[in-house]
Amino acid sequence: MIVARDYVFMCSEPGQEIIGKDIRDLGLNRVVVAACSPIMHESTFRSTCQKAGLNPYLIEIANIREQCSWVTENKQMATEKAKALLNAAVKRVYYHQPLETRKIPFNPNTLIVGGGIAGIRAALEIADSGHKVYLVERSPSIGGHMMQLDKTFPTLDCSACILTPRMTEAGSHPHIELMSYSEVEEVSGYIGNFKIRIRKKARYVNGDRCNGCGLCQEKCPSKVDSDFEAGMGKRKAIYTPFPQAVPNIPVIDADHCTYFLKGSCRLCEEVCEANAIDFGQEDEIIEVEAGSIILATGYGVFDPAPIRQYGYKRLDNVITSLEFERLVNSAGPTGGNIVLKDGSAPRSVAVIHCVGSRDRNYHDYCSRVCCMYALKYAHLIKEKTGAEVYQYYIDMRCFGKGCEEFYERIAGEGVSFIRGKVSEVTDRSLNDEEKGRLVVVAEDTLLGSVIRVPVDMVILCVAMEPQQDAEAVARLFKISRSADGFFLERHPKLDPVATNSEGIFIAGCCQSPKDIPDTVAQSSAAAARILSLISKGAVEIEADIASIDDKLCSGCGVCGSLCPYSATSLDEEKKVYKVNEALCKGCGTCVAACPVSAITGRHFTTEQIMAEIEGLLI
Amino acid sequence: METSAHPVTPLKEVADIINEAGGEILKLCYQCGTCTAVCPWNRVRDFIVRRIMHRGQLGLIDFEGEDIWLCATCNSCVKRCPRGVEIVDVMRALRRVVTEMGIARIPDSLRLTIKNISATGNPLGEAPDKRADWAKDLDVKPYSEGTEILYFPCCIPEYDTSVRRMARAAVNILKKAGVDFGIPGSRVNCCGESVRKAGDEKVFERLARSNISVFAEMGVKKVVTSSPHCYHTFKNEYPGLGGDFEAIHLSQYLLELIRENRLNFTREINKKVAYHDPCYLGRYNDIYEEPRQVLESIPGLELVELPDCRENSLCCGGGGGRIWMETKSGERFSDMRVEQALAAGADVLAVACPYCMLNFDDSVTTMDKGNFIEIRSISELVSQAI
Repeated sequence: MIVARDYVFMCSEPGQEIIGKDIRDLGLNRVVVAACSPIMHESTFRSTCQKAGLNPYLIEIANIREQCSWVTENKQMATEKAKALLNAAVKRVYYHQPLETRKIPFNPNTLIVGGGIAGIRAALEIADSGHKVYLVERSPSIGGHMMQLDKTFPTLDCSACILTPRMTEAGSHPHIELMSYSEVEEVSGYIGNFKIRIRKKARYVNGDRCNGCGLCQEKCPSKVDSDFEAGMGKRKAIYTPFPQAVPNIPVIDADHCTYFLKGSCRLCEEVCEANAIDFGQEDEIIEVEAGSIILATGYGVFDPAPIRQYGYKRLDNVITSLEFERLVNSAGPTGGNIVLKDGSAPRSVAVIHCVGSRDRNYHDYCSRVCCMYALKYAHLIKEKTGAEVYQYYIDMRCFGKGCEEFYERIAGEGVSFIRGKVSEVTDRSLNDEEKGRLVVVAEDTLLGSVIRVPVDMVILCVAMEPQQDAEAVARLFKISRSADGFFLERHPKLDPVATNSEGIFIAGCCQSPKDIPDTVAQSSAAAARILSLISKGAVEIEADIASIDDKLCSGCGVCGSLCPYSATSLDEEKKVYKVNEALCKGCGTCVAACPVSAITGRHFTTEQIMAEIEGLLI
Repeated sequence: METSAHPVTPLKEVADIINEAGGEILKLCYQCGTCTAVCPWNRVRDFIVRRIMHRGQLGLIDFEGEDIWLCATCNSCVKRCPRGVEIVDVMRALRRVVTEMGIARIPDSLRLTIKNISATGNPLGEAPDKRADWAKDLDVKPYSEGTEILYFPCCIPEYDTSVRRMARAAVNILKKAGVDFGIPGSRVNCCGESVRKAGDEKVFERLARSNISVFAEMGVKKVVTSSPHCYHTFKNEYPGLGGDFEAIHLSQYLLELIRENRLNFTREINKKVAYHDPCYLGRYNDIYEEPRQVLESIPGLELVELPDCRENSLCCGGGGGRIWMETKSGERFSDMRVEQALAAGADVLAVACPYCMLNFDDSVTTMDKGNFIEIRSISELVSQAI
């Protein structure tokens, strides 16, 4: 030990300079920093060493914050633990060896999964810079949830009107290869060099021939509830989800097509002048390569039926927010007329906030957009029907740009705000006024009394939730999820677009509920991260990976069968196994498994680990 | 609760005392009012549960007032609370502050009951050696070691002649099914559930520990209870104090007997029967199906559902010590419940809890509806059909 120093902000420039100066002046050949987690600042201190002429692997970090002082209130014990950790680091660093990182080429192609506004925005950013994007969307058209929305808060501009130009642009962009009605099946490889298998589902329509005339949809005899219309309207068995679909090529829904079900019909084929119908079409498997991936898989919508007291699917005219979006949309099933099930206009409407959000029985989190779209509904209902609107809220959260102003504007339009969570929507009336109507029961917490309001329509502002298959997608791309089920970002503040898997980024509501501006911002951020990787042209491979000693290896292959990244393979000539350094992640599985101890985990050698343990046990 | 026109300062000391008494979870309350709006009291009078939570957070509880004694611990609010606040525990904590620290008066009738339970081991203040008198003529043995089952009728049917019928019917069934069972003798006490909800933790613990040691001494392995309150306490609260025996409610046990073909139904009951879910069986222990299945196995019986059923069941008003307190006419939940049963066209309102039975019997009498509806325990209906 040559020198020990104490400084408040060692990671600051002056702090780093202390280390650099000591390395230069005192000729240090090992450094130990006892501070925060290596996740935070290992790279900072490694480059400090490198700048001062010391190999960056000759430093060791003792984490005395996250795993020590932050996890206990017992100062005495924390101090003892800090001493032990520091001692272990000192013992370990003695055995550190200088290691070199290497660079491997970075494939400039990008895979984007999900064709909602998040995926579209990111795809355009990257493609506009001249780089290739594969945009994979599982439904027949890109557009996502934004396409289903009517107006957008707080500016009330038409959602479809601002989205469709971007969709068209993405659909015809020379650098975007759009794969709609397709799903990713397998992902292998690593940052810079991913290989992706994509299943392009059979459309039963030849996309090269189809001219999008729509005659087939007109003539098809089979009617099905439309997902796009949130079940409020119908579509045909051969369909595009909506008229502005991109690509404008229909698909045949084999589960509802008369020909597929009964063996005869083929009316679409008869009327198609372009001869585009192809009942023999099969799923296609496509393999692509990409250097980086953006997951923009969006959100699911909470089903409020389990909240029995709200009467969804039990009582007429209790609808979800997404259903209302379609009801109020001029291109929707009622042509934008807000009507009850019997076709009449409502005289009063209750809008219930936080349905499935901020509720431990369903989702703990706030869905962040409901307060604002609920205000939008009040405006649209007032404008179109003049009905009374009652907003049942717990807290109004109007934090976005222009949002508080919108709240004030809607309040000025004469909307009743009732602060209280609705306990029940019931058709059991207590008096004539309530008879035949929906009665909304809640405590008006500002009045301090329980009130019953008879209304004609109830809109449930349902939570945004992780997609049903979020778990499977996370597993497929080897990323983590947070406790709420959304994809986990690498750092909640400083790295909300990256994941713990290098080269895989997230954007939009697959990370957490958010509004359109935030989604677009995150998408552009993800694109920027990828563009910076592309412009570097290469990725640095960490040096702490496995290496096999030729002289000891017997070629048994245990390492090859266990490696999760298929990073070891047999050298046919020498009959020994070798490590593909680009694939190895340094997990250590093979090191532990090798029966003849021929494999060393660089930077995690047996003597380094034993020294560290010895240091801990002082 | 009266609001003061003067500035009010939060009382941190009181808030701390409430926290220590077990009310700490109320910190999580975000004042949405769900509790108020689901509370059955608000169907008959104002009872702003949410405001009590807020006052509790600030230590501004009115301990002299009647509010903290109103809660019938029906658990409706707890089931719905979006923040998971155990409101019943908070109410219990508030009552503990009064009961244990004596900072205000316990309502008279409740004070008397607590005194009775403390002195005699039963809420009616009757002699312990008369506990088994209700079954004198039934040829039932007191529980002794080696018997399979202890049938635990609850103090109310044991000492109150008006609802004795539910326990006597149970004995008839158990005998006919050939069950090896015994009944509690003079050494057994009240389970202590209501006294705990009334805020007297010490008396509860004393009763519980005494029962646990008596049961252990007698080698009790399985207890069948008539009351959901005893069931809940034995099942969920005794284990924490060292209780080591299985508890099962009579309605569950009857279903077991039916499934094992040990009950032979020989008579039809051609009546419309509405089943009232007791809070401590339903909302506290998620038992909704078994009692219904027992009733549906009775030949001829037609089960009808009340508008507030299962997890939304309307409390009879007897929990949380309310059974010992007077509830004003016009404010009785049991009256509303009887009205619901009548409106549903039921001939019989079937109950699975002695408190419910007491309250509904009372309602039928005071409402003079005896000619239109009967209050029957599930055990009575089964006993009548075998």
